[in-house]
Amino acid sequence: MSLIVNVLLGLLFGIGLVVSGMSDPDKVLNFLDLAGTWDPSLAFVMGGGVLVAFIGYRVVLRRDRPLMADGFKVPTKTAIDGRLLGGAAVFGIGWGLGGFCPGPALTALGLGQPGALVFLAAMFIGFWIARLVSAGRTDMAAKD
Amino acid sequence: MTEFTPLASLIGGALIGLSAVLLMAIEGRVAGVSGIAARLLPPFRGGLPLAPLGFVMGLVAAPFAVMAVTGVPIVQTVSSNLPLMGAAGLLVGFGTALGSGCTSGHGVCGLSRLSPRSLAAVVTFMATAFLTVFVVRHVVGA
Repeated sequence: MSLIVNVLLGLLFGIGLVVSGMSDPDKVLNFLDLAGTWDPSLAFVMGGGVLVAFIGYRVVLRRDRPLMADGFKVPTKTAIDGRLLGGAAVFGIGWGLGGFCPGPALTALGLGQPGALVFLAAMFIGFWIARLVSAGRTDMAAKD
Repeated sequence: MTEFTPLASLIGGALIGLSAVLLMAIEGRVAGVSGIAARLLPPFRGGLPLAPLGFVMGLVAAPFAVMAVTGVPIVQTVSSNLPLMGAAGLLVGFGTALGSGCTSGHGVCGLSRLSPRSLAAVVTFMATAFLTVFVVRHVVGA
């Protein structure tokens, strides 16, 4: 049941990415090119998404629990630290180089362009390296 | 050049927000795509990751659903510079995993929860992304 719900919600999310134009790296890179061929469209994607989620979360999180889980798992970390800012900075560089963030890159999988496939494979390797680095740091902290 | 599409972008963004709200309402989770995708990597806690697998399958199917309804082919202009795309993918994967989120998790979900942590992340990745495109297109490419 969870599988079906997630397929449908992933589909809705992905349709949003395609309809909005965010799934096209060319459009993303033009959004990021303030000094050149600037296309402000993607500000409207973020605006529409945040507006709906801002109102929707307020309604949903007033309930006691989700429909199909025991409780709401809302992120609880509050520290604005080097990991957060360093990670975000590195992500932004990759986003600016390829024009893909994770969601749009996944919508590109089935269309099979070589650049998208290489990006996706490398993205998963990147997840893996970050996990190894984090585990190594935790080990070192434990030894101290 | 790409065409300015405020209405389509606003509607698409609203659909993304709706998906995030429904995921919270049904399963109680935020719709952060980098986190969801990273859960496809082993080790798996508590059996196969069916929920993330389903969400990713939906994302992959989305362009075909849009094509089936509109009959218009999906335009994705992807660089054919494979070393560049490989480097970009590594940075995006590493950065989002280290920084616990991307455009969806910190952007749509975090900003709408008014999370200062997510706002700091969004400001940071927007700044380095703008800077990167400026350097690539106007310094190196000039």
